[in-house]
Amino acid sequence: MAEYKLKTPLTDEDIIKLKAGDKVYLSGVVYTGRDAAHMRMIESLKQGGELPFDPKGQVIYYVGPSPARPGYPIGSAGPTTSYRMNPFAPILIEKGLKGMIGKGKMSQEVKDACVKYKAVYFASIGGAAAVVGSAIKKAEVIAYDDLGPEAVRKLEVEDMPVFVCYDAYGNDLYELAKKEWANKL
Amino acid sequence: MSSIREINVSIIEDAIYNLAIEAAYKLPDDIHQKEKEAFEKEKSPVGKAVLETILKNVEVSAQGVFPLCQDTGLAVVFMEIGQDVHFVEGNLIDAINKGVERAYKDAYLRKSTCDPLTRKNLGNNLPAIVHTFIVPGDKVKIFFDAKGGGSESMSKVQMLKPADGRDGIIKTVVDWVIEAGPNPCPPTIIGVGIGGDFERSAILAKKATLRHLGEKNPDPRLAEMEEEILTKLNNSGIGPAGLGGITTSLGVHIEMEPCHIATLPLAINTACHVNRHKEILI
Ligand code: SF4
Repeated sequence: MAEYKLKTPLTDEDIIKLKAGDKVYLSGVVYTGRDAAHMRMIESLKQGGELPFDPKGQVIYYVGPSPARPGYPIGSAGPTTSYRMNPFAPILIEKGLKGMIGKGKMSQEVKDACVKYKAVYFASIGGAAAVVGSAIKKAEVIAYDDLGPEAVRKLEVEDMPVFVCYDAYGNDLYELAKKEWANKL
Repeated sequence: MSSIREINVSIIEDAIYNLAIEAAYKLPDDIHQKEKEAFEKEKSPVGKAVLETILKNVEVSAQGVFPLCQDTGLAVVFMEIGQDVHFVEGNLIDAINKGVERAYKDAYLRKSTCDPLTRKNLGNNLPAIVHTFIVPGDKVKIFFDAKGGGSESMSKVQMLKPADGRDGIIKTVVDWVIEAGPNPCPPTIIGVGIGGDFERSAILAKKATLRHLGEKNPDPRLAEMEEEILTKLNNSGIGPAGLGGITTSLGVHIEMEPCHIATLPLAINTACHVNRHKEILI
């Protein structure tokens, strides 16, 4: 298990060195989106429209933060369960998205897309939301403001700790870890 | 004859308001304690690192700026109402909802209720889910539970066959939690409701998640089942955040009631490590 510091946008070279289980400290811009925002983005693509940001090299964080207090850029901001984005992730990966951050399992289609187009699914710690929220430097709503917590935000993060869960070689950290630690009580 | 005790519903509103805010920022001591013990015992280095982050999260949140989790939950209220209580100066359910609405607004908590079909956010986190139980006496006991959607989605009711029995129950629970894997933010607390009927089992399961960790089940048969399920879960390898380890669940709590001779209702309600339960006696 290696450790890397990476800055977004990510390149193919960044992606191919990552293996399931590696720990990555991400810095730079990360976009947020959950179910409702993804439905709108995909709908917009279907109609021949634009996405709120160019997905090339970018990372999407599946999160619906709690409201920001005055003087703070954002509230608590831990990952939401990723499987709800299963139908959307492969479409965005095909458009150049390099990473998703969330928690929990995603589908075989998502794993396949990560291999085919060189992308990574990062697992973050569900419920460690105060720790992540307090480490976000800047946050700005860039689309779908009416969705409230589900609006698309542009975040600036510094050394956000995540784990490589699905790599570009078809590995799955959840499966590997489960096998390694079964019957160890 | 016992006399009637009048309680102004504004007392209930304020109690709910305070419980909701406290729940969002301050992890109950029983869970905090169990997490510290789990951190000591965890053998997987990644699992230990995850638990360390979770413990740090509890500290950061306690400062009162960032809630424990961005999902500050649906407001679930269990109320044991003494039959000699008379609520005055308003409607009880309205008072509960007002307390919830004010708390979620004032304390910068996320509003997470929506129309099930359009998915439009209702913007006020209402309505609260209220379960009332009439008990003897003139007191009111309120249990407040801020229930996250991720763990709630990993819950179910299943009507088992009576012949499935004890072992069938254990197998169904263990298989279900292992299948849920990393999704409900392990380490989890598993509430199990056995018996009653279809809907009663679900309420029992949720109530079971509110029991304090470390409190032994008074029924020795159930205490043994809880132990057996917990051991199986912690041997699953899933571990903290699903990243591997021996801490998949912090506790398994079973509540049981008699059922129909033809049925064996079983409900599993999964709670995450941010299991925000608070209570007060009025
Ligand atoms: S399951 Fe619990 S810890 Fe995980 S995101 Fe939901 S509320 Fe937070």
